This record gives sequence, structure tokens and C-alpha cells, in this order.
Amino acid sequence: MKPILEIKNLHAKVGDKEILKGINLTVYPGEIHAIMGPNGAGKSTLANVLAGKPGYEVTEGEILFKGKNLLEMEPHERAQAGLFLGFQYPVEIPGVSMINFMKAAVDAKRQAEGKEPMSPGEFLKFYREKMKETGLPEKLQKRNVNEGFSGGEKKRNEIFQMALLQPDLAVLDETDSGLDIDALKAVAEGVRKLHTPENAQLIITHYQRLLDYIKPDYVHVMYDGKIVKSGGPELAEKLEKEGYKWLMEISMNNE
Amino acid sequence: MSQELRDDEKLIDEITSKEYEYGFETEIEMEYFPKGLNEEIIRKISEIRNEPEWVLEFRLKSYRIWKKMKPPKWPHLQLPEIDFQDLIYYARPKNMPKYKSLDEVPEEILETYRKLGIPLEEQKALAGVAVDAVFDSVSVKTTFEEELKKHGIIFCPISEAIRDYPDLVKKYLGTVVPPGDNYYAALNSAVFTDGSFVYIPKGVRAPMELSSYFRINARGTGQFERTLIIAEEGSYVSYLEGCTAPQRDENQLHAAVVELIAKTDAEIKYSTVQNWYPGDSEGKGGIFNFVTKRGLCQGDRSKISWTQVETGSAITWKYPSTVLKGDDSQGEFYSVALTNNFQQADTGTKMIHIGKNTKSLIISKGISAGRSNNTYRGLVEVKPGAENARNFSQCDSMLIGDRCGAHTFPYIEVANPTAIVEHEATTSKISDEQLFYLQQRGIDEETAVGMIVNGYAKDVLTKLPMEFAAEARKLLAISLEGSVG
Repeated sequence: MKPILEIKNLHAKVGDKEILKGINLTVYPGEIHAIMGPNGAGKSTLANVLAGKPGYEVTEGEILFKGKNLLEMEPHERAQAGLFLGFQYPVEIPGVSMINFMKAAVDAKRQAEGKEPMSPGEFLKFYREKMKETGLPEKLQKRNVNEGFSGGEKKRNEIFQMALLQPDLAVLDETDSGLDIDALKAVAEGVRKLHTPENAQLIITHYQRLLDYIKPDYVHVMYDGKIVKSGGPELAEKLEKEGYKWLMEISMNNE
Repeated sequence: MSQELRDDEKLIDEITSKEYEYGFETEIEMEYFPKGLNEEIIRKISEIRNEPEWVLEFRLKSYRIWKKMKPPKWPHLQLPEIDFQDLIYYARPKNMPKYKSLDEVPEEILETYRKLGIPLEEQKALAGVAVDAVFDSVSVKTTFEEELKKHGIIFCPISEAIRDYPDLVKKYLGTVVPPGDNYYAALNSAVFTDGSFVYIPKGVRAPMELSSYFRINARGTGQFERTLIIAEEGSYVSYLEGCTAPQRDENQLHAAVVELIAKTDAEIKYSTVQNWYPGDSEGKGGIFNFVTKRGLCQGDRSKISWTQVETGSAITWKYPSTVLKGDDSQGEFYSVALTNNFQQADTGTKMIHIGKNTKSLIISKGISAGRSNNTYRGLVEVKPGAENARNFSQCDSMLIGDRCGAHTFPYIEVANPTAIVEHEATTSKISDEQLFYLQQRGIDEETAVGMIVNGYAKDVLTKLPMEFAAEARKLLAISLEGSVG
């Protein structure tokens, strides 16, 4: 089986500051990887570099996405190729309706795949189906993109978009932050439902609690721009109990 | 400089990639008047149009007023000196009075309008829209004229109205915008050519949208259209105008006058989609669009609503205004003005409250990109007798890139203590976070900019008649192609 994602010795900086200092990570179809780590470890930077957010400069290393050089692709091309980023802070876009936004997104992806755009009727059916599946309240769909959504609603909306776009790789950046327990459960359930043997998920989180609801196959701990430890789900439990301090010590000893 | 900033610079420079879709020229034999403006030229214009003596008098009187006036200096515009003696004031396709039937209209002209998306064949026309097509100085075809007549509605070129309904035209022409109102209105009153005349009788709702499509084709000429709309008691009409011109190095002048009169309980909706050639990416060429538009809410409970989407012209100078004379009358102004490259716009509205309980609403959305300058200028005036007048104004500006300018000059003059006047204004930049969010969902940058700008302008776009809202949305997106980094 070929990997969906291969990150090799990735270094990246913002301005003059090096944030990622040699990341190595391989993700195969069907896998769920969790990336944990303290604030400032570079977790969100990794997510943004994967999605191609402007302002980050890759200085060394490479990223292959389904065998292709991801770093040569524009952000929208990465998305069309099947990479989805669930945002930590989804922005509001006044005046742009959710349904028009998602129709444009789905059609862009279809076009990249050489398919015809969906007819409005066909799309509406698909859209409603996914709304039901992800349990997104109907009232939110009448609004503009993220406009007037609560924190929890914004995150659920991210999962809803993921359901519509059916990515090969979903990178969820602190999707659990700022959620109460009910919203957390709802989001986790949505993510779990969307997982298939063909796709993969990269879940970035500060806390272990999301992993109570989504069982990762692998847990990686990031510290100071590197993955300092990888293991199974038990690693997350250890972190929850003992904090990050022991890891910092490992990291120091390695240098 | 960081990579990102360099990319921004590069992309802003790439604004050149924007193409003007309607820049083609129609090859057709034309008849021109000689260059220049004098009483003899005015007499010739009047003569070729077989006008009655009183129209010639109106023209000559206006010309004499104009000669004594100076162009306004107050707009926030870099305006080159215009040599009014170097312009052609009348141009029309050769040997061509108004065509009686479609078979007589030269194929070149039919093709021009087809290319613009305005088929003049009634069976092919947009359902529910009557069109008056003005080509340079003359109206070439008005569709559904007969159909409208059945309802008592008059919809025809103003030249025909002067001939067929002289009393109506004489009664209202120049009453809302008098010849001496301003420099360009005086010029228009002296040399005006075709534009539309609309008369809606008492109690009639126009069964379809009425629309005029103005096309400048000839070189070196100005277009001076004149439009007059009268809505009698309890009537309703929705009118829309569209405009385009060929792509040329020279600047061409378009100085129109539009007058609206709404009687008791009447309502006029006037929409504009202005897409004159804006000039190239270096600011060469483009139309000077100096227009005076004013409506009079003469009767009680009358209503006039202006909606404009302005994306074209090198320079726009226009303030569609409403005089709220009748008690409980209402004025509305919804505007989206977009400038790119070296375009300049100084536009807004005036709401003059005279009657009691008069209400006005102003929603203005400016979008500046490239090296352009976009100014909102508005006046809300409450006269002493305007008890309980209300106004609400919202003026938003959006900047794209860092070489453009947005300016707001709201004037408020209140002479009645019971009036309530509110003004809100915001300025924003198109946010990188929003752009990235859309791109991350697979939408390319240009489409993303178009979506954000359309979202920003939504409050205004929804006021346009449905058939034209889609066109306007497309126009906003096209006008911004390549303008963002």
C-alpha cells in the first residue's frame, strides 16, 4: 500500500524564526494519527504548511501527498487533490452563503477530477444528506459562512464541510479547543463517521480528551519543532497523567 | 522584503491581466458632425432631429448658460483638462433615422447588441424586459413598444417623445435638473441626443422591466443622453440602464441627465449597471462618466429608489439624488462602486428632505483595488418644514492591496430639530484569512476574491432586478481579476 502522506525532514520558518526543525511522518490509508504537544511546539505550523498557508517558508525537506510534491501545489490545488484542513479559528465571510460556498468548493474539486459540476438539484440533495449525517442544525445553513456561529457551531461546520468534500487526508487543527463536552462528543462522532479504510486523519490536539472519543492508531508528540516521541494510544494517556515535562527532558537529552 | 510581500507586489502588477469583455468596435458607416461646439452645431443637432422651436430654444438657452460656467473643482479627482471644442457632438449610423422594423436595422448593429447579450429580436429577448437600444447619438430599436402601449405606457426614445408627445415632454423636461444646475447638466441640455422617455399612467404597474442599453461606438465623440421618467399617481415602474464602449486609447465623454418624477403614491425603481470602458492597466483611455441623475418625489407617499453597480469608466462623477417633496415620501440609494487600476470614482447621493415624515436610506459599498481612488460623497439635507424626517446612511469601503485609496465625505445639514439622521461607516481590507479559508476548500484565488467582494456587496446586489443581479455579480468578479495577492 502506498502512503497518503510522507513528510521528510521538514524545516519551516515564519519570518526569521525556524519553527519546524526536521519533521518526519508517514501516514497510510485507513490510519488515524494524533499529534500532541505543548503550546508553541509547532503543531499548527505543521498544519498550515501542509495546507499551503502564505507566510510560511519551507527551508528544507519535502512533503509527498499521494506521491506528488505537495510543496509545488497552490493551496486550492492541494484542497482539490484531497487535503482538508479543519481550522482552529474558522473565519466569517459576510454575505457569502454556506450553500454557495460549498457548491463552489465541491464543483472545483469535481472539475479538477475531470467531472461535470453538480446540477443545483443534485447538489441540494447531497448537501441535505450530509447535513443529516453530521447533525448540523438547519438554521445554520441559512446563514452566511460562519456568520453568527458559536464556537462549537463553527467546529461542527468544519466537520460538515469535510463530509461534503470527502478528503483523502483531513488535518484537524485543535478542533477540540474551546468546546464543551457535548460539542466535543458531536464533533468526535462526526470525525469518526467520516473515517474509512481509504482515507486518513491527522488530529492535532493539545489535550487527550478528544482521543477518548476518537481512537488514534498512532500518537506523536511534538516539542520544539520536532516529533520527539511516537507510540500507540497509550502514549496519550501517559501524557494526560504526567504532562509534557518528561518529554522536554528527553528532548534535551537528545541534543 | 519577504517572499510574501514580493508576491503581493507581483500580483498587484498583474492587474493587467484583466480584460474588458465589451471592448470590440462595430464596423459601420457613420455620419458625423464636425468637431466643436457652437450655436451652429446646436442648430444642426436640432434640425437633423426635426425638433420643434421650443426644444431649440431650450438648447440654446442651456448653451449660453454653459458658456458662462466652469467645470466643478471640488470632486476628489485628478481630472485632465477637457477640450470641448475637440469633441464630436453627434454621430449616427449613416442614412438612418429610427428603424421601423427589425428588418431595417443593419446586421452590424444587431450583431453588436447580440454580442453584448441584448438581443433586439423580441422573441429572443429576455422575458419580461423591454429594451431601448441607443447606439452613439441615436436610438436604433425599442422592443415591446406596442405591447406596453396597450397598458397606456409610453416607452420610446426621447426624440420620438418630443415629436409624438410634445406637451408631456415640454411640461417636465428640465424641471428636476434645470439647465443651469451644474456644468455637465448645462452641456447635456445644450447637446442632448437620445435617451429614453417613460410615461406610466395613473394606477398602472408596468408589466415588465423597462431598460435602456447605451453603447458608445464612434471615435472622438461624446454621448449625451437624456432620460425622463414620469410615474403618475399610484403607478409603478422598474427601469434599468446598462452601458458599454469599445476599448480605445482616447478618453471619451459621457455626460447624461436623468430626471424622474413620482406623483402621489407612485414608485420608481431605477437601476444602473455601468460598465463603460475603464481604460487600460496604465490608465490610458476610458470613458469620463459625468452624470446628473435626480428624482423628485413630488406626491405624498411616493418613492424613488436608485440602485447602481458602477464598475466601468476611467472617471465617474455622479450623485443620483432624490428630492423628497411629498409628505411621507421615501428615497433610497443602494450603490456598489468598484475601481481598479487607475480608475477614479467620486460618487454618492443627495437626499433632500422637504416634506413631513420623509424617509431616506443610503447603503454605499465602495471597493478599491490597484492604484485606484474611490470616494463616497453624500449629502443629507433636512429643510425646516421636514418634520420627523429620518435618514440612515451606511457607507462601507473595502480596500484590496495597499496602493489604492478610499475616501468618505458625508455632508449632513439639518434645519429641523425633530429629524433623526444616522450615519455609519466602516473601512476594511480583504482579509488573508478569508482568502485562505476559501482556497483551502479548493476555490482558486480569483474566484475567492470574487466571492468575498460579492458577499460584501450583497445588500446592494439583492436590490437589482433578478435578471441583472447575476450579470452584476459576474461583472464585479471580472473587474477584479488579478487584483489580489
